[in-house]
Amino acid sequence: MLFEITSGALEPQRLIDHVRKDGSGAVALFSGVVRNENLGRRVLYLEYDAYPEMAERVMREIAADAMGRWPLTDVAMQHRTGRLEIGETSLLVAVSSPHRREAFEACHALVDRFKEVVPIWKKEVWEGGEEWIEGEAVRR
Amino acid sequence: MKAKVRLFARLSELVGTREVEVEVGEGLAAAEVYQALCAKYPALSGLDGSVRYAVNGEYADAGHPVGEGDEVALIPPVSGGSRAI
Repeated sequence: MLFEITSGALEPQRLIDHVRKDGSGAVALFSGVVRNENLGRRVLYLEYDAYPEMAERVMREIAADAMGRWPLTDVAMQHRTGRLEIGETSLLVAVSSPHRREAFEACHALVDRFKEVVPIWKKEVWEGGEEWIEGEAVRR
Repeated sequence: MKAKVRLFARLSELVGTREVEVEVGEGLAAAEVYQALCAKYPALSGLDGSVRYAVNGEYADAGHPVGEGDEVALIPPVSGGSRAI
């Protein structure tokens, strides 16, 4: 298990190696990357802010929930903070399991849950303006 | 007693700091700590409907009591990615 908020570049292979156990027959990796457009605006770059101690704790909780729901061999998640340029990776979620179905399902569910509850915020900077993007107020 | 409040993203930009201390009565609820904060920083007013509270790094109800040395955080709706799939 690995849960990390970091300002350094994310390395997918590191997470894949981390979650692969001898009992794993599948590793699913989700990579969230910065794209150049949102709501018709040409995005220049993003800036992420986080509450790191809480984010790592919440990641641990949602990973424990997933481990209880699917027969996973391991889970790891990382989110980057600070300024990210177009094409850079902001989020990695890696899941391993004996067979592919659980890995796909759990990885998908974890990414969705991550975006609802992990305290991380994104500021979009485009030509002529900037805005902190706030999601819906999701209750759990 | 003093309560430590942490602010992030838009909220930290509104007040120009990421951490503030407010003087509050012992055993106040998280939402009351927020009200005390608004008296000091009016720019933070009106978030009641959208912000969530965390006490010592865990999501907490508005009524969660805050004691000496506790850390309160105001959590705006998170956006570590898009809702669109």
